[in-house]
Amino acid sequence: MIFFTVITLCKILILIVLLLIAVAYFTLAERKLLAVIQRRRGPNVVGVYGLLQPLSDGLKLLMKEIILPSNSNQTLFLIAPMLTFVISLLGWAVLPFDKYATLAELNLGILYILGISSVGVYGIIISGWASNSKYAFLGALRSTAQMVSYEVSLGFIIIVIVICCESFNINQIIYFQKNIWFLIPFFPLFLIFFISGLAETNRHPFDLPEAEAELVSGYNVEYSAMTFALFSLGEYSNMLLMSSLNIILFFGGWLSPLSFLSFLPGSFWFGIKIILFVILYVLMRAILPRYRYDQLMYLGWKVFLPISLGYLILTFSLIYSFDAYNY
Amino acid sequence: MKLKKKDLIRELKNFTINFGPQHPAAHGVLRLILELDGEVVKKADAHIGLLHRGTEKLIEYKNYLQALPYFDRLDYVSMMAQEHTYSLAIEKLANINVPRRAQIIRVIFLEITRILNHLLAVGCHSMDVGAMTPFLWAFEEREKLLEFYERVSGARMHSAYIRPGGVSLDLPLGFLDDLYLFVKQFSVRLDEIDEMLTNNRIWKERLVDIGVISAKKATEWGFSGVMLRGSGLSWDLRKHQPYEIYPELDFAIPVGSNGDCYDRYLIRLEEMRQSLNILSQAINLIDEGLSKSNNYKITSPLRKDFKLSMEAMIHHFKFFTENLVISTSETYTFTEAPKGEFGVYLISNDTNKPYRCKIKAPGFGHLQALNEMSKNHLIADVVTIIGTQDIVFGEVDR
Repeated sequence: MIFFTVITLCKILILIVLLLIAVAYFTLAERKLLAVIQRRRGPNVVGVYGLLQPLSDGLKLLMKEIILPSNSNQTLFLIAPMLTFVISLLGWAVLPFDKYATLAELNLGILYILGISSVGVYGIIISGWASNSKYAFLGALRSTAQMVSYEVSLGFIIIVIVICCESFNINQIIYFQKNIWFLIPFFPLFLIFFISGLAETNRHPFDLPEAEAELVSGYNVEYSAMTFALFSLGEYSNMLLMSSLNIILFFGGWLSPLSFLSFLPGSFWFGIKIILFVILYVLMRAILPRYRYDQLMYLGWKVFLPISLGYLILTFSLIYSFDAYNY
Repeated sequence: MKLKKKDLIRELKNFTINFGPQHPAAHGVLRLILELDGEVVKKADAHIGLLHRGTEKLIEYKNYLQALPYFDRLDYVSMMAQEHTYSLAIEKLANINVPRRAQIIRVIFLEITRILNHLLAVGCHSMDVGAMTPFLWAFEEREKLLEFYERVSGARMHSAYIRPGGVSLDLPLGFLDDLYLFVKQFSVRLDEIDEMLTNNRIWKERLVDIGVISAKKATEWGFSGVMLRGSGLSWDLRKHQPYEIYPELDFAIPVGSNGDCYDRYLIRLEEMRQSLNILSQAINLIDEGLSKSNNYKITSPLRKDFKLSMEAMIHHFKFFTENLVISTSETYTFTEAPKGEFGVYLISNDTNKPYRCKIKAPGFGHLQALNEMSKNHLIADVVTIIGTQDIVFGEVDR
């Protein structure tokens, strides 16, 4: 019993440490990739090719003073970033990196991830409210409304995939993609899922809540050093989580694209696919202008929701009419 | 005592937000008090004067040459256009002839200035709307152009190069070759920015039908330059009230149809292409000659002359101590600066210092209409509108 606990704690520790390193170097990758697109260099002073930059950033943020506004609700002010960060880490518990490499193999894995991402909105609301500043409040409200609206279409797309795979179990969904990845038959759904993922994580072109030009960084304007870092880490970790979800649902998870290449471990393929998504996320940030808030809401409710709902009805009717269900 | 009905009714005040002086998108120091109804702007009240440096008053105490660098610092993104207007005003007052080579050099630098300004306008505008990449691409091109400024005058931005009588020094060797290399590669850069923004659905949604102003209202509010042309009026001072060698040059004026921000953005891009056109024509037209007037009473003598000639030495001394003395007269001279019509109203009174120098800046008139243009738009649109008006606080506040 004790042995089992110790083993599980070690697994959790390894997962979190590696995840945090991945998130830290994701920030560096973003800066370097943005720099290349913008015809400049990005960080290249701190280590060779700037590789020690995330460490120096982290160290700097640790050393800075955490400013607690006297008007704010101090307990909630400190709890909000912790909450955001912890929730963004929780979703990683059920993701499979290889056939038998999941921290917690839940039969309802997908439902768990959906629940966690819904709870993630709380951190934002609490931070905006506790800051007691007009700008932070407006930013938090907008951010919350945006996350909630795009979660609806995310949910519907997940339901489509789950219906096709007859199970909420993540490994089952991956096994169903052995012959062909769901990317090919469900390509429009992949596009909608990707864009909703961008909106869900408050990422460009849907980053109006954090837009410098309008509200000067929205809900985290009052946060200073480590608290700001926690928000940042939480956002990047959320991005990686959305990418992983995307990969599991559409890109075959840890499966290799060609069968004769499956001697390479599944985690290698998972890693390659995550790199592809990281590049896509940074590319979206570099290229596109920002959506205005009402246009963002229009997109979420009047374009994506009808399409995903329609796809759900289409899939279900196809399965029903071709008598393809096994239950 | 009975409560009267009017005591019971409270006045509803709108939610006001201070779009403060320190703001990444305020393009300098602009204090905007926005009265919002939800997220819709009901009134935009601009408080200016935070960059007032007393330029016009200081000019009254300086002689004509000493007052020239003030004009560089007015619109600090398109420097030589202002110097040029001031030099034209002095040349008109003192009846000075500018040699042809100097005129062509001036036109070359005016078009370089136009490209500089529009690159910053489009780049910063796109960064405010959210696309951060064209900003950096545009600034890379600006670096190349600032190198031309530095080559010819020694200073990257405030060059004090265009002076009454011509230009201060002749072009260095190899300048025109490098300018030709720049012109060759620049249209590809413009195509890159064009490709990223013009047909982008998000860009169009953010810019089309935002900040629409009709041609009639534009003339009423005193717009000029790109803001007028965006609403359909074809009015460009280079063609309709020409100066320098513009009558000999062949170029087109882009005119918009809708009067919204998208049209103005397209006009700025097209004007950059037309400037490239003008630059190549000017490089072909240039020939040997004097780069400033050889009347040493009004320009500083060449160094090789005053080493050998006594009169040139005396003229050098008089020029740099007392400077030009202009008899009593007044003039209003205007040119097509990249932002609009930049005018200088100069009154001289028979001394070496101007009696009054009133500066008409295009940005001042444009900023006045901000309230009108941003009525019933959202806050995000106010940022777009400020960007499209191309406001620079150096010239609005002086």
